[in-house]
Amino acid sequence: MIKISSFFILFLCVSALQAQTKKGDVLIKNGTVITITDGTLENTDVLVRNGKIDRIGKNLKTPNGVEEVDATGKFVMPGIIDAHSHIAGTSINEGTSQVTAEVSMEDVVDPLDVSIYRALAGGVTSIHLMHGSANVIGGQNETLKLRWGSTNPEDLRFEGAPRTIKFALGENPTRGGRSRGIQPQSRMGVEAMLRNTFNDAIKYRDAWNAYRSNKSSRKVAPEYSLRMETMVDILEGEVLVHCHSYRADEIYMLMKVFSDFGIKRLTFQHANEAYKVAPELAEFGASASVFADWWAYKLEVYYSTAYNAAILTENGVTTSINSDSGELIRHLFHEAAKTQKYGDLSDNQALALITLNPAKQLGIDNRVGSLEKGKDADIAIFDNHPLSIYAVPQMTFVDGVKYFDIENDVADQRIYIDPESTVEDVQILYANDHDRCMEDANVVNFTDLFNNK
Amino acid sequence: MKKFISILSVLVLLPLFAVAQNDGGIVRADNSKFALTNAKIYTVTNGVIENGTIIINNGIIEAVGADINIPGDAQVIDYSGQEIYPGMIDSGTRLGLSEIGSISEANDFREFGEITPNMQALTAVNPNSVAIPVTRVSGVTSALTMPAGGPLPGTAATISLFGYTPDQMFAGSKGVVMNFPSSAQRGWRRRTPEQIEKAREKAQETINDAFDKAELYAKIKESDAARYYPEMEALAKVVNGEVLLYIEVNSAKDILSALEWIEERGYENVVLTGVAEGWRVADEIAEAGFPVITGPVLSTPTRGSDAYDMAYKNPGLMQKAGIKVALRTMDTENSRNLPYNAGFAATYGMGKEEALKAITINAAEIMGVGDQLGSIEVGKKANIFVSTGDPFQTSTKILDVFIDGYKIPMTSRHTELYDEFLNRTPGVNKNPTKVDG
Repeated sequence: MIKISSFFILFLCVSALQAQTKKGDVLIKNGTVITITDGTLENTDVLVRNGKIDRIGKNLKTPNGVEEVDATGKFVMPGIIDAHSHIAGTSINEGTSQVTAEVSMEDVVDPLDVSIYRALAGGVTSIHLMHGSANVIGGQNETLKLRWGSTNPEDLRFEGAPRTIKFALGENPTRGGRSRGIQPQSRMGVEAMLRNTFNDAIKYRDAWNAYRSNKSSRKVAPEYSLRMETMVDILEGEVLVHCHSYRADEIYMLMKVFSDFGIKRLTFQHANEAYKVAPELAEFGASASVFADWWAYKLEVYYSTAYNAAILTENGVTTSINSDSGELIRHLFHEAAKTQKYGDLSDNQALALITLNPAKQLGIDNRVGSLEKGKDADIAIFDNHPLSIYAVPQMTFVDGVKYFDIENDVADQRIYIDPESTVEDVQILYANDHDRCMEDANVVNFTDLFNNK
Repeated sequence: MKKFISILSVLVLLPLFAVAQNDGGIVRADNSKFALTNAKIYTVTNGVIENGTIIINNGIIEAVGADINIPGDAQVIDYSGQEIYPGMIDSGTRLGLSEIGSISEANDFREFGEITPNMQALTAVNPNSVAIPVTRVSGVTSALTMPAGGPLPGTAATISLFGYTPDQMFAGSKGVVMNFPSSAQRGWRRRTPEQIEKAREKAQETINDAFDKAELYAKIKESDAARYYPEMEALAKVVNGEVLLYIEVNSAKDILSALEWIEERGYENVVLTGVAEGWRVADEIAEAGFPVITGPVLSTPTRGSDAYDMAYKNPGLMQKAGIKVALRTMDTENSRNLPYNAGFAATYGMGKEEALKAITINAAEIMGVGDQLGSIEVGKKANIFVSTGDPFQTSTKILDVFIDGYKIPMTSRHTELYDEFLNRTPGVNKNPTKVDG
């Protein structure tokens, strides 16, 4: 098993590189604890030992040497998880082919991006750093914990999180096809490319299986392809697919393709029209990670509704609200609250959209997404109910370590000052400047990309 | 139940459209004489009336107070337990000018050329833009809609978000937009400091040249020798102070340069817009005395080293320095998020009362229509909304909206899709009795 042995070697390398990240001990006392999975508990303490939630209860004793945080009058909730982010990525799109399953965002993590700190200041503890949407089968994504302050990208890895990959349907990949004069230039071509690539992967797997079972001493190994290895891993359920999509028809198409190839788990990203096929999503068991209210920035989101998340939730689809933005990521709690205006979701349903549900979509719900004994101590503390417009995040913990504290917030955010730097850039961005799936991706734009600029 | 109530309300309000029991029924705006009773009324300019009445007649607020006689011919609407506010004003949008962001054919806010102050945003406003109902059902009743592009891209207009022609929508204020030469990075495309400085110098020359000519034109335009020159005609009105000049300027350094430029030119009818780094030079702006339209509040800091919440704090810091501040979303389809921009400004230092002014009376006064919009006062246009509570609070629902005295249908593309798809028919199986195949 080449795959397994290569995995093992990779594992050894990673273990060698990865310093043990810090784990904290803390007792958060007397807060309103929003557990997500077990109700909201008044005047309750959360004890964290060695980075894990050790106990949740009333009047817990403070163990020796454990720091206390007084959360009286405050709200304690699971750290927010953003299932679609491009912060902390130094490049986002590998656009040289319509299939680039071989590349991975793990190679381009920037631990010094100040957006990490800004996200922490919005109560976010984990992000799904995604590849862009320039191609039908994009690169692999990386799930990160926001361990701000380290210079080592490895320290940010969400160790043990399943591998995921980006797919993209609709306008973005077909735009790329048109500017380069290749397939796909239509949604028909997108489906064909997906089916062709999966069929190639099956042939690849069969060829390797045949080679491995061949007893001949003169057997010749098939060509090794990391791209096809990844495609086989998708077929075998080892890599979770997160697919950039907007229109109902393309969402429906991908579910049919995945049914035909026996792939069970699937999350649609953006999915502005998922509400139109909510019963089909529920039946398939696919989930959706959507914007609270973004629409009309391109044709395929013109027939959107801000009630998307509520319709999906009411139809039994596991739904999250993501940012895809270095700006929105700072107030996902506010984005989640919009589902109460647009669709009357309960407090718990609304908060699950940014905690437990994205954790499920990333396959990390056994570790994070709710406040439960044994889970990672990724916690955010707010001064008001987090769904209130008047809520200000106060502290954010990852593995029980405090990475944001409003009391210690400083006016100058530079932690590593470049002595060569002279005058700092002033950057002005408006909503209209955002090329949404490309936001915070410090890369050339699509036109440049496909003109080799 | 929800559907039942909405059908019921159609039947009650519009007996003529009793056929509107089917889902395709059209709900029309209604301009009866209205008496809105028993509501908590936030007048903005005259405090809060705990249990008051508003009489709307012929588009105007005819009476407001705790003890008001209700005319016999008025349609009485009991808003017990609800709150009434003046309609919110978004002081910077592309509403009506942009339908679908990525499609150039669907965008009309940018004209060819560098000096095009005569281009009228109002002309290109599409009264039937899908974004307009989406915006107004959230309580935003007016907007400044702005052209964009070069140093002098055109003339912005204040519009009401109800009407079937641009003239029906025009809310009485226009202003020439000027993009002050910028030393900042704009958008994601990186430019070198040299490129930025070169572009800035060139833009400054262009603008100075245009205004030199405009000042001359203003002096000689009545003489027989003067040729009609549409660009100069538009700028001459700025020079004479007849029309507002909106100067878009953001970095601290540029704001100071702009203040200097305005002083040298001696222009008075000026509004600074953008002003993202206003907090850095708030005292200087306050001393110069010009009002500011700032936003979006929900944006990232302008510098990597700035505190994470500087964009949230900026409006409050400027207001506390003595500047008259109005807020904008600088958005189009999500101009409906104006109350949340105000809510963040309120939370981060501005306070609720001042933040409410920043999206009502301040906006109206800055645009020169403070006598018609921005508060609930007798004689003002009946632009108001009724809510379940604090409009900044995200979960608050907007129940009714009146614009120019019309009671607006509370439907939009977004609500219609919700009604159709919440419980879609058919669900997964179109013909459940048959086997799929």
